[in-house]
Amino acid sequence: MDFTVSLLLGTFLLSVAALFAFVWSMSTGLFGDGTAAATQIFAPNELGTVEDPAATAAQKGKLQQTMDADRRDRMSVADAEARSRADGSTSLVVGVCLTLAVVWLVLASLAGLISSIKLHAPDWWVQYDWLTFGRIRPIHLNLVAYGWCSLAGIGVAIWLIPRLLKTELVGARYALVGGALWSIGVLVGTVAIATGHSDGLEWLEFPWQIDILLVVGGGLVGFPLWLTLLQRKVEHLYVSVWYIGAGLLWFPILFLIANWPGLHFGVQQAAMNWWYGHNVLALWFTPIGLAAAYYFIPKVLGKPIYSYNLSLLGFWSLAFFYSQVGGHHLIGGPVPSWLITISIVQSVMMVIPVFAVAVNQHLTVLGNFRVLIHSPTLRFIVLGAMMYTATSVQGSLESLRTVNTVTHFTHYTVAHAHLGLYGFFSMVMFGSIYFIMPRVMNSEWPYPKLIALHFWLVLIGFAIYFIWLSIGGWLQGLAMLDEKTPFIRSVALTLPYLQARSIGGGLMTLGHLIFAAHFFAMGWKFGPKRLGAALLGPSLFSPRLAKGAVA
Amino acid sequence: MNAKANVWDMDELRLITGAMVILGGATGILVVMPYLLLQNVTPPAALKPYTNEQLVGRQSYIANGCVYCHSQQPRDTKQAPDAKRGWGRPTVAGDYAYDTPHLLGTMRTGPDLMNIGARQPSKDWHLGHLYQPRAYTPGSIMPSYPYLFEVRKGQPKPGETVVNLPPALAKPDEVVVAKPEALALVSYLLSLDRTYPALAGEKR
Repeated sequence: MDFTVSLLLGTFLLSVAALFAFVWSMSTGLFGDGTAAATQIFAPNELGTVEDPAATAAQKGKLQQTMDADRRDRMSVADAEARSRADGSTSLVVGVCLTLAVVWLVLASLAGLISSIKLHAPDWWVQYDWLTFGRIRPIHLNLVAYGWCSLAGIGVAIWLIPRLLKTELVGARYALVGGALWSIGVLVGTVAIATGHSDGLEWLEFPWQIDILLVVGGGLVGFPLWLTLLQRKVEHLYVSVWYIGAGLLWFPILFLIANWPGLHFGVQQAAMNWWYGHNVLALWFTPIGLAAAYYFIPKVLGKPIYSYNLSLLGFWSLAFFYSQVGGHHLIGGPVPSWLITISIVQSVMMVIPVFAVAVNQHLTVLGNFRVLIHSPTLRFIVLGAMMYTATSVQGSLESLRTVNTVTHFTHYTVAHAHLGLYGFFSMVMFGSIYFIMPRVMNSEWPYPKLIALHFWLVLIGFAIYFIWLSIGGWLQGLAMLDEKTPFIRSVALTLPYLQARSIGGGLMTLGHLIFAAHFFAMGWKFGPKRLGAALLGPSLFSPRLAKGAVA
Repeated sequence: MNAKANVWDMDELRLITGAMVILGGATGILVVMPYLLLQNVTPPAALKPYTNEQLVGRQSYIANGCVYCHSQQPRDTKQAPDAKRGWGRPTVAGDYAYDTPHLLGTMRTGPDLMNIGARQPSKDWHLGHLYQPRAYTPGSIMPSYPYLFEVRKGQPKPGETVVNLPPALAKPDEVVVAKPEALALVSYLLSLDRTYPALAGEKR
């Protein structure tokens, strides 16, 4: 017991010390604005120039006007050519990864919608074992997590690498093989769940034989980063590089330990399960989502992030605190109480990295909110960044014992999980893909109105989803805690909320179908050809480079 | 600007080292320490290992994703009225000595099942309930599992288990026969019984 107490005390003191160090560093001005590193993502003379390949010429004009109407400086032709080559070096591998991601997104959405409907229509489509709720729900989760989110994240991360290091990508073929292995793993793993061969652990359903594909694939997609780092032409590593580099290192290790056959047992396995379950968010999806947000927000605006030093403190504190929060999933469970207490403390400490990210991303946009009207990319990414703050603060509160006692075991947690992986991560990925694909395909999005339609459908759909499911989940939790209320009441009262969730989910799925149709229309060069190439904006280019890139 | 003066600035080596140290720390606390502390937990004498049929049923519980709606971890009465609902005393690590993979669960769309075998010991009830939950619990949103059963006209073959359905659901010229998977699943559910007292001295 002494050991437990001292461990607890140690963690607590460390956390408090970190908090004071943070406050001190804030007060001594260590986090003054921009250093050389913050402008690393721009070419010389590029600051003040907006960039959004997803925007139409008219939108681009208004975007530039909003940010800096008297823009005179131009980036040099040599720099523009270098960037063009850097973007070109990732085209194939990024195109493949993002295409696979979009396919997984459509399948995952359909699986999610079916699961949602089944919760209020329990006798619908029950004849087939592979469609039973207990299989289609984990299929949804795995397709979202390892299909859509992971492959979109990998594609976006690989695309960012040459941009961040100002050189061409080295070793793209490793990532291509890695992405292919990964996708095969997702496909076979999904079939395994559908046919009843799940490993039985949430987030870890794929059988371990299939997991090998994801470990090797996940390791391989990291190769180009390390190889390209050796060639880098930048002095500082921008904060996005840290997030991507750490994420690509962390995931294969997490997944390997979590799936090691025969290693974990009983209650220890439950602790491991949530160490993994929360770390796949903390150390895989969140780093890549934040890396993208940290690149695209300043890049679209043509203005460095508010405080570079703060972003770095945010990185380390995120890694430290977030990696230990998993135990809060087992509050009230048969695991050692010190473990749960540590996780609660660290969950609350998460306010530090969240504050760092929030200050940086929101203050960079602050005063320029009109850009959201003109930039399709930022509309998604800024919304995603706001959802990150919201889901993180909600997560910290939810880990407190009093709140958790109500929300644990209810749909409230499901709504919270979607706020993170959908509201934050998926939104950032949508925005990133809208920015990236024109550079990959060398053509503009054929139907800009569909981008707006996608945005409003998923925004309204998700708002319905989140708000109603959260309320339903909270009421469900209160009903379960009241011993005089029969259990079945806690089931019955959720029905209208579950139906609302299906409506919201239906709108989201519709938005994804439109997104996918638009994506493939672009891929097959279908639709009006207004422009040959959506490069860096006509005004930036020498006529030689801008062949066909003039509106 | 003098970049070297910035203590937070980074290179690849610091990134890799820092990332690995932090992951190592988190893994040490959440994975390795529970491993060391729990590896010598002895199963309570009253807890029997699962039989082969029960293990087959447990596999079916996993395959059909029961865990996504049912927890197996009653909470303390200080926290929640789980015991008053008849779900049993709060569990301790030893109760899960034979439970790998663990099935603690995270949802209570349906009730906790840690002691369902003690709470509802009728095999007929479980078989019928799997066939059509709403015939037993009006308002239930549990899926029905027709694929675990065979419905046909005429008489059952010798050795087959016929499901005794409530009169409202039974049809006179039809028999509903439980497939072996359904029988194994029910046998697992009936084995879920941790009503013996928690081991003295085992703390949570």
